[in-house]
Amino acid sequence: MKDEILTIKNVKKFFTTPQGVVRAVDGVSLSVKKGETFGLIGESGSGKSTLAYVVAGIYIPTQGSIYFNKQDIGKGYRKRSKYLKKEIRIIFQDPGSSLNPRRNIKQIIELPVKVHNTFKNNHKNQRVEELLEMVELPINYLYKYPQELGGGEKQMVAIARAIATEPSLVILDEPTSALDVSIQAKIIKILMDLQRRNNLTYLFITHDLSLMRNIASRVAIMYLGKVCEVANTSEFFKKPLHPYTQMLLSSIPVLTKEEELLKPQKIVPVGEIPSPVNVPPGCSFHFRCSKKMDICSQKDPEMVEISKTHIVRCHLYKKID
Amino acid sequence: MMVPLLEVKDLYVQFSVFEGELKVLNGVNLKINEGEKIGLVGEAGCGKTTTMKSILRVLPTPVARISKGEIIYKGKNILNMKPSEIQNIRRGEITAIFQDPLTSLNPVFTIGQQLGDVIKYASRYQDHLDKKEIFSKSVAALKETGMPDPERILNNYPVQLSGGMRQRVCISEALSTNHNLIIADEPTTSLDVTIQDQILRLLSKLVEKKKMSIILITHSLGVVRELTDRVYVMYAGNIVETAQTTTLFSNPLHPYTRGLMNAIPRLTGERIFEGIEGRIPNYLYPPTGCRFHPRCKYSTKECQEIFPLMYDTGNNHEVACFLYKEELN
Repeated sequence: MKDEILTIKNVKKFFTTPQGVVRAVDGVSLSVKKGETFGLIGESGSGKSTLAYVVAGIYIPTQGSIYFNKQDIGKGYRKRSKYLKKEIRIIFQDPGSSLNPRRNIKQIIELPVKVHNTFKNNHKNQRVEELLEMVELPINYLYKYPQELGGGEKQMVAIARAIATEPSLVILDEPTSALDVSIQAKIIKILMDLQRRNNLTYLFITHDLSLMRNIASRVAIMYLGKVCEVANTSEFFKKPLHPYTQMLLSSIPVLTKEEELLKPQKIVPVGEIPSPVNVPPGCSFHFRCSKKMDICSQKDPEMVEISKTHIVRCHLYKKID
Repeated sequence: MMVPLLEVKDLYVQFSVFEGELKVLNGVNLKINEGEKIGLVGEAGCGKTTTMKSILRVLPTPVARISKGEIIYKGKNILNMKPSEIQNIRRGEITAIFQDPLTSLNPVFTIGQQLGDVIKYASRYQDHLDKKEIFSKSVAALKETGMPDPERILNNYPVQLSGGMRQRVCISEALSTNHNLIIADEPTTSLDVTIQDQILRLLSKLVEKKKMSIILITHSLGVVRELTDRVYVMYAGNIVETAQTTTLFSNPLHPYTRGLMNAIPRLTGERIFEGIEGRIPNYLYPPTGCRFHPRCKYSTKECQEIFPLMYDTGNNHEVACFLYKEELN
């Protein structure tokens, strides 16, 4: 398709450990459209961060290919051109450890500006100040060090650093899960403003479904290295199809009665996510599934297209030819 | 008038650090009746855990100092108790579940040894148990929390279990004996939503069955709504609002509570949620008057100077804000 900025095709990433091979990402195919916020949701251990790192080039995929604007980028960070490094940026979960404690804020933001020449006519300092303004931090923060800042402010600096190169794709790896809700709301607001202003595409990784309901245009659910369901946000929350999605949605604690009504019928969750070293045969979810059939423990289901915007990987739904 | 099981009265806690005195708790008042489930909500660093540690008398001394206040448990002040008395309270009366089950379990002892110790020492001043009884009680305690194959688990070390299983072990340690009060400090924060749901259900069911009281400390309002009868909202070392859970969620009064609720993304979607400007104050130099005033939209001169008292707006709904002063007079 024309407007696809990122295409992931059957990507696998395995890690070899003394306990056996960890199948962290096990055959994921996704596509992200230009200008959208794509939400990637999963519990811990589902492989969502590994997938983000593969896209960012931190890991080289074991198998499969990734395309950025039709350009193959599945060769790792060292093989990427400077242009690609400028276009694809990542923001990490913990701003405390992703900012260098020995550099002040100006130095932190200045480096990508300098390397990728995103300033005009020698106005480098002006560009740094402009970036700081974009994330709503006061100018006098320039000469502060990360330890003097609060968690939310540190994350703002990390965001400013990421957008300093004027990227087109930003990977957000749980950017707000280490922060309080009141600060999370502010960061999300800034991220949304930036997206509108700079025409950014977000690959947003999180475990917070309610947050995705509010900001994502499309969402995908991951379980044990595989994608279970992909759909438009409104459709996804109105009519969740995969039993795992239904279980997740019905276990979120909510604040109001209106929200209760939106949740699918209560499915009492059972069991836990198994270790990715010994993935169960057949559908990896069948141990915990409330609608288990005989076929589930034997054959791994394939992706079924329910509608143009909704695909699900479950034996309950048959392929319509 | 019912006598509360535990009452925290006007508690002030300070920490002495290199830079000076951190005035963390600033007059906390809490009450819990027998069989009641209360929630203590607040953001990180607002003093929830400090309150809990004061109740159990496990604050790090001499860094922390309780400068004022009383904690009355069954008519006795915990703060004046001898070490042996407080030890007995911890053994048989008040117990705790901590946030991170991996660090609250000892990695070099098996689950059986740890759980066995809890059962053994809790029973010491009631009846003497032999090894067999301890073992069967341990198995029963694990079974109660829905743990599969308890005999095998007893021989495992904590690292061999998953996060949800470890938290189940912690819960069975807390519930294996007949304690009256459980303080659960963010019991599900480090877990996934599906596991969180299981653990909360279990906790709620067992607490009701054993007729215990529980103080649930958390930062998630959603969790509080599902589990508790009454809520205390905490901000920067103060209780700012308290009400029955249903009342609080249908009619939050304090600007901070409202801000907190507006900051939470809703499942209904389509509404851009907003945060609260600023951040939690520095405890070295806390703001004068109401500690929330620098972040508050409605702040007046009065707020900057005078510390607001709790105003009862009826229906057991109390709020520490001058906005509601006129309404009452």
